[in-house]
Amino acid sequence: MTTRETTGAAEEQSRIAAVRLLAGNPVTVVSAVVLAMVAVVAVTAQWIVPFGINDVDVPNALRPPSGEHWFGTDELGRDVLSRVLVGVQASMRVAVVSVAFAVVVGVTIGVVAGYRGGWLDTVVMRIVDVMFAFPVLLLALAVVAILGPGITTTILAIGIVYTPIFARVARAATLSVRVEPFVQVSRTMGTGHLYMLVRHILPNITGPLIVQTSLSLAFAILSEAALSFLGLGIQPPQPSLGRMIFDSQGFVTLAWWMAVFPGAAIVVAVLAFNLFGDGLRDVLDPKQRTMIEARRRAGADIGGRRRAGADIGGRRRSG
Amino acid sequence: MTSSANHGGAARFVSNPAARFVARRLLYSIVVMLGVLIVVFMLVHLVPGDPVRIALGTRYTPQAYDALRSASGLDRPIVEQFFGYIGSALTGNLGVSFRNGDPVTVTLLERLPATVSLAIVGIIIALLIALPAGIWSALREGRVSDAIVRVTSQFGVSIPDFWMGILLIAVFASTLHWLPTSGYRPLFDDPGGWLQHIILPGLTVGLVAAAIMTRYIRSAVLEVAATGYVRTARSKGLSPRVVTMRHTVRNAAIPILTITGIQLATILGGVIVVEVVFAWPGLGRLVYNAVAARDYPVIQGAVLLIAALFLLINLIVDMLYALVDPRIRLS
Repeated sequence: MTTRETTGAAEEQSRIAAVRLLAGNPVTVVSAVVLAMVAVVAVTAQWIVPFGINDVDVPNALRPPSGEHWFGTDELGRDVLSRVLVGVQASMRVAVVSVAFAVVVGVTIGVVAGYRGGWLDTVVMRIVDVMFAFPVLLLALAVVAILGPGITTTILAIGIVYTPIFARVARAATLSVRVEPFVQVSRTMGTGHLYMLVRHILPNITGPLIVQTSLSLAFAILSEAALSFLGLGIQPPQPSLGRMIFDSQGFVTLAWWMAVFPGAAIVVAVLAFNLFGDGLRDVLDPKQRTMIEARRRAGADIGGRRRAGADIGGRRRSG
Repeated sequence: MTSSANHGGAARFVSNPAARFVARRLLYSIVVMLGVLIVVFMLVHLVPGDPVRIALGTRYTPQAYDALRSASGLDRPIVEQFFGYIGSALTGNLGVSFRNGDPVTVTLLERLPATVSLAIVGIIIALLIALPAGIWSALREGRVSDAIVRVTSQFGVSIPDFWMGILLIAVFASTLHWLPTSGYRPLFDDPGGWLQHIILPGLTVGLVAAAIMTRYIRSAVLEVAATGYVRTARSKGLSPRVVTMRHTVRNAAIPILTITGIQLATILGGVIVVEVVFAWPGLGRLVYNAVAARDYPVIQGAVLLIAALFLLINLIVDMLYALVDPRIRLS
């Protein structure tokens, strides 16, 4: 009972310290605010758009940004701002659902493989290696080739592409938790496997998974934009940022706003997820965290060095 | 090593750590390649419905259907198809295109030079930017210049490559008329034209890769700079330049080599969108057109080739590793 209370208090303390660290980094705070705004747009886009997304107004085609049309109008006189807002919504929907898919499937595979070990682990990880041999967009295109273009395929394609990353992250984290004394003790006490996974393993591997989720959302937005740009993702008349950029190609010297605003929207969202992910990593990675705390306390450069490669999320090479 | 009397050479080979390392990596690559082959073979069989029917689309007639089906071998039992596919793939026969009946291998080899030249130009541009930026930023860790490099590279990672390509075309081709908007000239037929045409797509590919590589190189240099031998070198009074060049950067060479290899492989498989933007007749645009036309043999062949290149580059990087790193070579 007392042990549980102490653990609870320690957890609480550690959580407060983590939030304080996050809040102390201005870049992380700004990116969190931007993400909150993106989230608001993603939920409310259909109500806050100033014009209908498919309201054609040919006499007012290709008008530059103005008080009425903040982002200008496209070749059919449609309001670019409204289309960008709905495009952001569509992008976020695809990104969130596909990454959720990757998290659920990938983590299940990774945790079971890491916990169970043996031949199952070997077989599963070799399959993951094979999937890593395909470049991201190529694998997504292969899925589209099988299922045909469309929003469901896009979600599935991106989800499948990012599943191996989560499997690998979850497995690595599980392997390091599995040898911890409290897991060993719990095992000798005869704890069931499912209880062990849910109660001991999962809560202790959330740190790296949260970081990976933020970075994967960034890459998922880019992947969706690329697929839609190629005409294989979100289909018209539903607006998508990637397709808007594709359509702008013919008007790039006449109407720069048609290309610039949808692209800028992608950059803002992706950058925010990337920076937020970096900030989270600084806090959730225990090694990083002690260094930052030490540095803050000393108030000087003590030299928190990062491991090579630990700096960037996304896909790593196999092997 | 009791058997070394009989198999001296072989035993020496096996006991050589570098050779053992290379052999293990080679075996690993072969296993993964076999998996890739299985996935690529399955691709056409995972299509819901009849792939031949879908590929023919409006051109469907019963005669055309039967002809294409038997030409592609899809009328044979699946086990026979599987071993047939693996066997012919190993001998370089990847079947014929559903669309125009051309041998896939020939088409792939025609497209390969354009993609390879774009990837090489891209990686050179990336290195020219990322090496100085990454090293400089690491040596000035925590200062304003470091922050600027970090923010810029983070920005570069977040930009969609096709968007950057379109903006580059808008500025340098459509407005300033310095460079052509799109197209490709083979290097050996028209070197000047090749250079003119490759600058913008090369920059697009290179800038994105540079952003990623700058971050890796910065971390690699930082890690080495924190080691004891660099501190020793500094404290025994060596000039900062000598410490940087001889002790820090040299030891960061291995991770830098690794990321360069990975990035080259990533570019080879990832230039699809850039090739479409610049009408670049490489593998990427071939895959794109094949996906749009549901030309499954071409998709399978291209995916197989790109994955094989990806594995090959990784393998070469690992071998260079064994060659460069004395810890692997001599241990």
